Amino acid sequence: MKKSYLVALAIVAGTALSFMGCDKNKNVVVGGVAPLTGEAATFGASTKNGYDLAVAEWNAKGGVLGKQVQLVFADDKGDPAEGATVFTKLIEQDKACAVLGTVMSKVSLAGAPICQNAKIPMIATASTNPKVTGVGNYVFRACFIDPFQGTVGAKFAFDDLKAKKAACLFDVGNDYTKGLSEFFKAKFVALGGEVVGFEGHATGTSDFKAQLTKVLASKPDVLYVSDYYADVAIIAKQARELGFKGPLVGGDGWDSPKLTEIAGSAIEGCFFTNHYAKEDKSPIVQEFVKKYSEKYKASPDALAALAYDAANIMLDAIKRAGSTDGAAIQGAMAKTDLRVVTGQVKFDGERNPVKSAVIIEIKGGQQVYKTTVAP
Amino acid sequence: MESIFSPQQIVNGLQLGAIYALIALGYTMVYGIVRLINFAHGDFFMVGAYAAFGSFFMFNVFLPRGNGLAFIVLILAMAAGGAIAVLTDHFAYKPLRYKPKLSSLVTAIGVSMLLEYAFSAIPMIGPSPRGFPEILPKKMYHFGSAEVSNYVIVDLAVAAVLMIGLTFLIQRTSLGKAMRAVSQDKDAARLMGINVDRIISLTFLIGGAFAGAAGLLAGLTYPRIQPYMGILPGLKAFIAAVLGGIGSIPGAVLGAFIMGIAETCATAYNSLLGEGIAFVILIVVLLLRPSGIFGEKTADKI
Repeated sequence: MKKSYLVALAIVAGTALSFMGCDKNKNVVVGGVAPLTGEAATFGASTKNGYDLAVAEWNAKGGVLGKQVQLVFADDKGDPAEGATVFTKLIEQDKACAVLGTVMSKVSLAGAPICQNAKIPMIATASTNPKVTGVGNYVFRACFIDPFQGTVGAKFAFDDLKAKKAACLFDVGNDYTKGLSEFFKAKFVALGGEVVGFEGHATGTSDFKAQLTKVLASKPDVLYVSDYYADVAIIAKQARELGFKGPLVGGDGWDSPKLTEIAGSAIEGCFFTNHYAKEDKSPIVQEFVKKYSEKYKASPDALAALAYDAANIMLDAIKRAGSTDGAAIQGAMAKTDLRVVTGQVKFDGERNPVKSAVIIEIKGGQQVYKTTVAP
Repeated sequence: MESIFSPQQIVNGLQLGAIYALIALGYTMVYGIVRLINFAHGDFFMVGAYAAFGSFFMFNVFLPRGNGLAFIVLILAMAAGGAIAVLTDHFAYKPLRYKPKLSSLVTAIGVSMLLEYAFSAIPMIGPSPRGFPEILPKKMYHFGSAEVSNYVIVDLAVAAVLMIGLTFLIQRTSLGKAMRAVSQDKDAARLMGINVDRIISLTFLIGGAFAGAAGLLAGLTYPRIQPYMGILPGLKAFIAAVLGGIGSIPGAVLGAFIMGIAETCATAYNSLLGEGIAFVILIVVLLLRPSGIFGEKTADKI
């Protein structure tokens, strides 16, 4: 009998403890999510560096609300199921009062309802699919969205590359790449161009030759490939093998040193839309590039910049909220007006930041800043 | 319609088929000898690809890219595939040889996962995809409306040479005779003085070496390798072996080329069909002719 009382007491005590939010912690606990392994692994590494750099800076300045910021990091492996698990873990187990991340739209879409239900604000870093913030008012993002990126890509292909015929290739299992291609197609057709091929491929395949042969048969001027870098590299190689000479155009999924490493000369003279360029002369960008290169001995890609921005936006909101209560942070987030590395961030009604995009060219195996396109 | 069955698509299909054929041969040979569906076979293919990747960087230090280097890399990829197959047989399957079939089958799935996760865990390999180097300088040839790279020719030539060599080994040598004998009746073969265990090891060695060669060719053709790269091609090659009649060597080759072309054409018709067509073929074969094209009738259940 006595034993069962003890067990009951333990259960009651455990439940009571679990109701205590992160207010009771010595530190302000913030969750961080990114795909450290899997198809977008380099994105995850840069993202984690970006979070770490921002949090270290805040802590050096005395933290937030008079406490140190503790970043609890979790790897979502680029997998929605895994993402749902780690978002739940960060909220339930680690008692995070806000979550940074994640990178891939499909994974953020899995994590967003969890944050929304728990009333914990989250800020996705590079998830550009519009549906992500549509989940609810606790879900924000640090990057621009697919319609903007796809539209900019189409405008650039039509106006600057003088393309009349375009073909799109995308991953059918990935909301991000599908979304980008759909918005590219809509804009390109609206401008007066013709989309001669619109082909999906299965996730994880390495053989794109059948699709490429089919779309190249109608002689497109540009190939819009909205995939991530690993797929883009192989698509570029196989497209060259099948005799395609024109440029490939894509989105921020291309932004990885691995792209040129794998694709080599096949990707020369190709273009992609991105969130920021290292060559940007504004002091905030140069300061970030300097600090990041000193700490990690590598130059920051857009993923690192967005992660750094996401952490800064969130911590700034916590500071202005004056509390770690989810609703208070959410309210402060909505009123954000902050200059960060990737531009001046203000959230619109859909919690998307309003800011500009840049076009990057691959030249001599390097990413070269081409132009900035304002919204 | 013309873009579905265009000469270019057929070339793409043959290239894919050649890689499936090399994997399917290992499946079918091992099944023929020990009646085991070796689900780890796709991972021998992955091991071959990584061995090729590693040996390229080791030997590229003294040798320029070209035929000589490609030959060394091929031999080392085959050696690695063969070695991992023989080791797997020795440590995982041999102790279960005379136990119920299901034990070996479940062990095979275990070995497959062990190889995949062990490779992801080794820091030098890791779970992220790696770009495969161009071991041979790429050249393009035009044949009518088809663009054919020297890689296509290399894929088909390596597959053809290995297959002809295998046929010769099995049909014309005493070793081949012993293999055929073991596949027919292990006990009778042992009574005739054949060292059955050695023949089984040899079968794994050849099957693994073929998978290793396929790993190199796949790396060249679809230049991205990762520890999980063997799962789908392994599964599809297995279906090719079932289509041809599991246990039959010409069947595996024919089945693999049918699979390669079917997959390419299905993808060209609708890009979502390609990945599924293999499984449609499997279901149709199992419903209409479970023994496959050249298969013998068997009552065994997998």
